Amino acid sequence: MSDEITEGQGLTGGDSQAPRSTPAGEPVGPEVRRVPPTERGAVAAPVPVPPRPEKKADGLRRTAAAEESDTNIWRYSRRDFFAKLGWLSVFSFLGVMLIGTLRYMFPRVLFEPSPIFRAGFPEEYLPGTVSTKWMKDFRVWVVREGNRIYALSGICTHLGCTPRWLEKEDKFKCPCHGSGFYRTGVNFEGPAPRALERVKISRAEDGTILIDKSIKFLYENGGWDNPQSYLSV
Amino acid sequence: MPLADLKKSVTKSPVWKSVFRHDYKDTERNRYLQILSNIWLHLHPTKISRHAVEVRYTWGMGGISFFIFLVLTVTGVVLMFYYRPTDQYAYYDMKYLMNDVPFGAFIRNMHRWAAHAMVITVWLHMLRVFMTGSYKPPREFNWVIGVILLVLTLLLSFTGYLLPWDQLAIWAVTVGTNMARATPLLGHEGPLGPQIGMKPDNDVRFLLLGGTQVGPPALLRFYVLHCVFLPVAIGIFMIVHFWRIRKDGGISGPTGKV
Ligand code: FES
Repeated sequence: MSDEITEGQGLTGGDSQAPRSTPAGEPVGPEVRRVPPTERGAVAAPVPVPPRPEKKADGLRRTAAAEESDTNIWRYSRRDFFAKLGWLSVFSFLGVMLIGTLRYMFPRVLFEPSPIFRAGFPEEYLPGTVSTKWMKDFRVWVVREGNRIYALSGICTHLGCTPRWLEKEDKFKCPCHGSGFYRTGVNFEGPAPRALERVKISRAEDGTILIDKSIKFLYENGGWDNPQSYLSV
Repeated sequence: MPLADLKKSVTKSPVWKSVFRHDYKDTERNRYLQILSNIWLHLHPTKISRHAVEVRYTWGMGGISFFIFLVLTVTGVVLMFYYRPTDQYAYYDMKYLMNDVPFGAFIRNMHRWAAHAMVITVWLHMLRVFMTGSYKPPREFNWVIGVILLVLTLLLSFTGYLLPWDQLAIWAVTVGTNMARATPLLGHEGPLGPQIGMKPDNDVRFLLLGGTQVGPPALLRFYVLHCVFLPVAIGIFMIVHFWRIRKDGGISGPTGKV
């Protein structure tokens, strides 16, 4: 394209050079094009190609003098600058919208039952028993072994089903994939990879048991030695 | 001959001609036009190679999957007229559909079985593409799109699972979303998750459920994912998938056959 000569250039700058054409009127040389008679009347004049200023890498044309004084501070033209500013604002808007939408998906208020509940007095639990009393409402077994009471979370450590307490077999058994747990909560059969979790158990001022399911104690982390994980009576 | 005159004046009218752009003579040109000038049929190339209809080679599973997707879209939209995705109503609306709405059980079963079928046909399609080596260049890009479509199909199946809101649904989704706990970095039981502050109420499972357990917010989220988000996503990827088939030289065929 750059070697093409427009009609306008031909009209203004064409006549200074003598026509270099064969008797038949064919143009000679790569840089000369014969303008058809229909465009220029009967005169067929060869047209020189004006030299084009060299393009710089950033797309700007500068004179040598300008090049000299270029301190590299103004790398961009005003147009480049505004174009970049425009795109920057578009993408920052979209980015902020994305972050906002993501945050929007995390509600501040949960309409879920409180993880804290009162589980009666310690005397209600006889030594050597597993109480399923709170299972239906709170998914927690209260187990008493000797003078220790602990609360076991009724969530299978395999994939979260609710195991059942089987009194006769003295174990917790998960109906989903068959995991079994001792009454301590330690797993011994099936796919469950670790022991049932114990949750925080304490005494309220009035002497009743307070169970907080949001605080967990894991066997594998030594959490069952934590004094908050059991109650001594 | 008033009838013939009427027919002529109708079929020569500008309205008729603007709708029906070609006649039905069995010429090659007309056969092209039938495909080209129809918004639905233009998905299809005007010309296909002889081997493209060889069912023993292609199994037709891609097309069947797409057809089942259309069945699912139509029956799904119809089911939405009766189903309300809230804790209070979801289960009873499902029961109502099954027992009292005329043809309700039929539509719901159609949706259900089509959903199972789509998972199977998408897998079979993938198996065929793998066995015939049709994932090789220049079709490697479309294979990746296909894997995304498979994942979206499974996600659609999974999100639909919760909607009946019965015990099976709740426990299946409990089990399914509990896997998200173990996501690296993003889950509160996954590798490095707790270390960067993931808790049951801010990890990726929470994002999915809108809570710490499968409850009413989870039902609503799964409903929106199932009925809007995932269908739109799978639609976009299907457009790319079909377009790509033609850009990569049409449906793949046995080597040596054109
Ligand atoms: S969820 Fe309990 S064994 Fe799988």
